[in-house]
Amino acid sequence: MLRNVSYCLALWAATFSAIAIAQDGGQLHGNFSTDAQLYRQDSAIGAVQPPQRLAANAWANLIYTNGNFEAGGRLESYEPALAGYPAGQPFTGSGVGYRYIKFKVSDLEVTAGNFYEQFGQGLVFRSYEERYLGVDNAMDGFRLKYMPYRGVHLKTVMGRQRFGFNNGQVKGVGLVRGFDAEVSLAELLDTAWTSSSNLIIGGSFVSKYQEDRDPLLKLPENVGAWAFRLNYTTPKWNIYTEYAHKINDPSGRNGFIYKDGQALHLNATYSVKGLGISAGAHSIDNMFFQSDRSAPTPFDLNINFLPPLTKQHTYNLPATLYPYATQPNGEVAAQGEIFYKWKKGTKLGGKTGTKLAVNYSTAFALDTTHLGLADDTTRHFGYSSRFFQPGNRQFFSDFNIELRKKVSPTWEFAFTYLNLVFDIDVIQGKPGKHTVYADMFVLEGLHNFSEKNSVRFELQHLDTRQDHGNWATALAEFTFSPHWFVAAMDQFNYVTLDNTFLLDGKTAVEPERVHYPVGSVGYIRHGTRFQVNYGRQRAGIFCVGGVCRAVPASNGLSLSVTTTF
Amino acid sequence: MRTFFALALFTACSFASTAQTRLPSTLVQTMEGKKVDTKTFHNNGKPMIVNFWATWCAPCKRELSTIAEKYDTWQEETGVKLIAVSIDDARSMARVAPYVNGQAWDYEVYLDPNGDLKRALNVNNVPHTFLIDGAGNIVYQHNNYEPGDENELYAKVKALVAKK
Repeated sequence: MLRNVSYCLALWAATFSAIAIAQDGGQLHGNFSTDAQLYRQDSAIGAVQPPQRLAANAWANLIYTNGNFEAGGRLESYEPALAGYPAGQPFTGSGVGYRYIKFKVSDLEVTAGNFYEQFGQGLVFRSYEERYLGVDNAMDGFRLKYMPYRGVHLKTVMGRQRFGFNNGQVKGVGLVRGFDAEVSLAELLDTAWTSSSNLIIGGSFVSKYQEDRDPLLKLPENVGAWAFRLNYTTPKWNIYTEYAHKINDPSGRNGFIYKDGQALHLNATYSVKGLGISAGAHSIDNMFFQSDRSAPTPFDLNINFLPPLTKQHTYNLPATLYPYATQPNGEVAAQGEIFYKWKKGTKLGGKTGTKLAVNYSTAFALDTTHLGLADDTTRHFGYSSRFFQPGNRQFFSDFNIELRKKVSPTWEFAFTYLNLVFDIDVIQGKPGKHTVYADMFVLEGLHNFSEKNSVRFELQHLDTRQDHGNWATALAEFTFSPHWFVAAMDQFNYVTLDNTFLLDGKTAVEPERVHYPVGSVGYIRHGTRFQVNYGRQRAGIFCVGGVCRAVPASNGLSLSVTTTF
Repeated sequence: MRTFFALALFTACSFASTAQTRLPSTLVQTMEGKKVDTKTFHNNGKPMIVNFWATWCAPCKRELSTIAEKYDTWQEETGVKLIAVSIDDARSMARVAPYVNGQAWDYEVYLDPNGDLKRALNVNNVPHTFLIDGAGNIVYQHNNYEPGDENELYAKVKALVAKK
């Protein structure tokens, strides 16, 4: 503990000396955020009071910039971490979780220490952080970025990944090395064609090294993966494709099979003012890529990122009850979406215009055939697959439609309908649970009392005969711009009163009827935000980007503070 | 816990220090995939608003839709330009162009798919808005969005223009 405090004091002292330097033209800036919660026992919702009733996560980033030089660090504290946080390996104690220096010498940029980087869409390499989920696979090593000509971008990275946190970053055993090249023709060439259109060609190669200590299997110590991408754009069209291939990478995630992995992602969008259309599809086969073949969880030490092809909902029930996560071992998925705005003055547009959004996405298992053990029993290939061929099992589908209209200068309404199919067995790893079929309705209203004061409400209903049955949510949020807001929400979980209702094929003996009320107050001033919540929090799935973390049910008081300086 | 307080104290004291005063030099992408250095953002000596948002962030979309209705007037009166920086990552960045066009927004839009600019400007969460004066100085910032916040922002824009 003493060591941690001295860490902080040292950084604090460094801050002041840096301020002194800052007066010579550099800048010192950063941010801070904390989420703290006081837990209460609540057996009705299965909320457990942990031995330490108060838990808090806290981060402070500090960056010093002076001309072409930059240095930064992040102090992190988990004393202890919030319940259910993080998604992967535990974060404990306090210390420095991230630090780097970076400088530019004309067209060359050098980073030493920690960094985040991504090649293309990340099919073979993405190191990133999502602190509210506790996902952080920062690299620790070095990175070079070089631009020999305008429009030509070369990057190389080397290092080890963050694995967890124990009074400082804990690193994984595997070494990760990567190279990426990208040419953007519009920037490189100066022709009439490239003034409005562009073709971007990119390629990457990533390899990981981990010693083989397996007594039985002969495991590859170096595993390589490569990817190739094309992006063609015109003022109306944007077509993107990326293909990735990984050589044999036996790991705990794929059952130590020696099959190669591959992924193909395609996306096309067409848009003009008032209309946007997007269509995408991907096929993924054996594409878990972690820098430790025995990584304990799917959240640890991921080298790549496989974006799910589904819409990320913003309303509470659809966003946190049944969100989809990509199945890296194999899936075929597709998504289509339309945004349209009826202009004001038209029949459907009325005085202010009407907005429509329609989205459909689906994901299936990949069509595979199990292979028996070949003669060489130490190199099992597991299965054969037909790329881009969906199998019989549907993991997920989501059809949703949203209409949004301002009906008067002070009232706006939005209506949403969703239909969801969710294979809870595969996606949330709950074997034996029945696939969830759900319908959802959401009505949202916004009313401005004055230029500064407004109320927003949401009424949501989810109807299903599986999992936990029905949910209804009501939310009211009063805002007093620019500083205050007060909100109250209740989520009500119930099954129908009809005693023939079958929950997962069994008669529900005691129908669940539980309320989850919660109240919030927030204060915002410039870059600073305080929020206090009190009440019950339902167990749910919390997602940002493509990654989700399960949050246990809790009851109590929580405080969050974020600030930027 | 002791460390936690040390951390909090450390941050509190840092408040006294200098804040970010100019846009950093970071590469973001246009919706056509061209890379642009953020230090080249300019509006010919007039104020700029840099707004961080995402297609999955409801308050962000409320803010940008509300400003969109007033944007013509704002531009006529003050010449202000709004730059919308989407932090949508690989999952949803392909949705940004169709969404922006589907809303018929007239903003200059950039993509920051791995959060490079977001980190460089110390943004914790979205929406987060910066106001930059004609000389390139960050003069105001605001986190969160509540209906009516756009009026306060615009009052600051007008004050900047009047000062000149």
